[in-house]
Amino acid sequence: MRDVAIVAFAQTDHLRRTDELSEVEMLMPVLHQVLDATGLRTSGIDFTCSGSSDYLAGRAFSFTMALDGVGAHPPISESHVEMDGAWALYEAWVKIQTGEADTALVYAYGKSSPGQVRDVLTRQLDPYYTAPLWPDSVALAALQAQALIDAGDTDESALTAIATRSRAAAADNPHAQLSGEVPAGDYLVRPLRTGDCPPIGDGAAAVILAAGDTARALCERPAWIRGIDHRIEAHGLGVRELTESPSTRLAAERAGVFERPVDTAELHAPFSSQEVVLRKALGLGDEVSVNPSGGALAANPVMAAGLIRLGEAAARIHRGESDRALAHATSGPCLQQNLVAVLEGESTHA
Amino acid sequence: MPKEPVAVVGVGQTKHVAARHDVSLAGLVREAAVAALKDAGLTWADIDAVVIGKAPDFFEGVMMPELYLADALGAVGKPMLRVHTAGSVGGSTALVAANLVAARVHRTVLTLAFEKQSESNAMWGLSLPIPFQQPLLAGAGGFFAPHVRAYMRRTGAPDTVGSLVAYKDRRNALKNPYAHIHDPGITLEKVQSAPMLWDPIRYSETCPSSDGACAMILTDRAGAGRSPHPPAWVHGGAMRSEPTLFAGKDFVSPQAGKDCAADVYRQAGISDPRREIDAVEMYVPFSWYEPMWLENLGFADEGEGWKLTEAGVTELDGDLPVNPSGGVLSTNPIGASGMIRFAEAALQVRGGAGEHQVDGARRALGHAYGGGAQFFSMWLVGAEPPTR
Repeated sequence: MRDVAIVAFAQTDHLRRTDELSEVEMLMPVLHQVLDATGLRTSGIDFTCSGSSDYLAGRAFSFTMALDGVGAHPPISESHVEMDGAWALYEAWVKIQTGEADTALVYAYGKSSPGQVRDVLTRQLDPYYTAPLWPDSVALAALQAQALIDAGDTDESALTAIATRSRAAAADNPHAQLSGEVPAGDYLVRPLRTGDCPPIGDGAAAVILAAGDTARALCERPAWIRGIDHRIEAHGLGVRELTESPSTRLAAERAGVFERPVDTAELHAPFSSQEVVLRKALGLGDEVSVNPSGGALAANPVMAAGLIRLGEAAARIHRGESDRALAHATSGPCLQQNLVAVLEGESTHA
Repeated sequence: MPKEPVAVVGVGQTKHVAARHDVSLAGLVREAAVAALKDAGLTWADIDAVVIGKAPDFFEGVMMPELYLADALGAVGKPMLRVHTAGSVGGSTALVAANLVAARVHRTVLTLAFEKQSESNAMWGLSLPIPFQQPLLAGAGGFFAPHVRAYMRRTGAPDTVGSLVAYKDRRNALKNPYAHIHDPGITLEKVQSAPMLWDPIRYSETCPSSDGACAMILTDRAGAGRSPHPPAWVHGGAMRSEPTLFAGKDFVSPQAGKDCAADVYRQAGISDPRREIDAVEMYVPFSWYEPMWLENLGFADEGEGWKLTEAGVTELDGDLPVNPSGGVLSTNPIGASGMIRFAEAALQVRGGAGEHQVDGARRALGHAYGGGAQFFSMWLVGAEPPTR
């Protein structure tokens, strides 16, 4: 495998509404930030890949206009996944592994404000048997949370503690949508209170990947991707054990998470209860700094939130605050699909 | 370390029709995947990862359908990627899957693309209001017709060329059991007398709305060695994108298409595509795009593409057969249409195209495009393993 690193990361401030901005306008500043951070221009990028969702945008081919923001003339080598940007990063990593590219620009964006994201996400479900019932994302997460409580894996006060810790951590994150003291709040769907659920908001993120010496030239302390893998589970909630995340466990094994301890974990857990599931699957102890950015409970721009976990983990390595970090992204109801990556600073690479 | 050579060892398609009432979305994709596995002599357990593509989710009304389709495609416990690059998506999906093998991340990958247009309405899916943008409200044909007109004006092509393409592709489709439009009574006169939809595009020169899926099994050199049928080898593949609208855009022959073809030919060591390529599966949703793409892809000089069509060069028995399968003009499950082009190119060099086989095809090009002629994906496959 070629050594590939995240060499730059930028994200917008995540806001409840951005009515005054088009998606391209929301995206442009973060694209410029990662380009400026590396000194690269579009002509110096070998491959570009993005992640977004037409359903959030409320129209078909919504990503085609975002391409205008990249500056694609002369034409560029470019692709798009209708998934969280974490999977766009994976596609770009594969492209660099083929040797056909040394650098890649990855971006993702999502605006939840124009619609009702709880309703929109029901359209992800089995279209014949489940979607017609409109079970929303909070209700499905509440089923999972209740299953965890019933299994004795957590209780409501432990969930509140996760939310409190996340939003306190977000006080140091200028991009976060919610931070600081938040009350546990009223029940949204039992047993989940408003504090256990992510804020709804708009945001974008961008990352630059580079291989080997190119990465060293572009970044003082590159965040090397030591392993990356993703796995999917069955769709039907009735055939899954909701208190476990075998796909996360398997992806982590394949990414080499368990070879050495990690000091940081950025987990894409939009609901406090999902952090319980992920911690168990990943075997994370109290010594690991989990979601020092505040995580998805502080800002959850759908389709970008997973890429942001990779970016936040990388940024901690860039700043020398972490030597070996885990980053995780999820997709689908109740953690159906999961991606895990291990990022390291140069000093720990023997 | 050089890339791992990539081989196509399995191809599966559904019968493409206007409405597959007998299967769900899951049933449709599984039918193509099972056919591809059977062709490859493999089982679900042999598949390391699944790469799926389709055009907008609004066409069936399912957001990120890969989540729901994971079970039907045997992806549980495996990596699953979902690609969406507009009309070029079927080709892009195959290239993403090929890269997984080329990079040695996985050894054997199932790639699949589909569209079940009967479960929704593509025109509605494309007509949702777009904030900040002037609505076009003209349909795909309305967008492309002015560019066809520009091509005719620029090249002096007679207005008979479009109907020749449609007549050829619909006759070719009669030899392809999977093709959607089978009109045994097709005549040139019938094509020419069809109503005008978007001048100069007649109804008979447009693609249908189809339900269908296409799947391929891609594998490494060792996997190819175990294949029960001759593999097709990937000699080159590329994607190129340019913005939808900008002052310098040439809608008749977009730069992204030229650059994409040039990259594929460079990878494959092709210097004279007209002579060195034996069959082309080209994305031609409106008949006039055959002469236009012949120029864009380097098979003819600028202004000369229509002359190849008119001279019969692109007929099934011509010396550069284009769309022996009947093409997009005869079968258009949108998200799958690009992959069908890639798969049909593979079938040609495997000698497995049945009645629409081009005799002795050794190298074939698969081509797809999408958006406002802004996204391009292509691959060149050969009967022999690549030597470079």
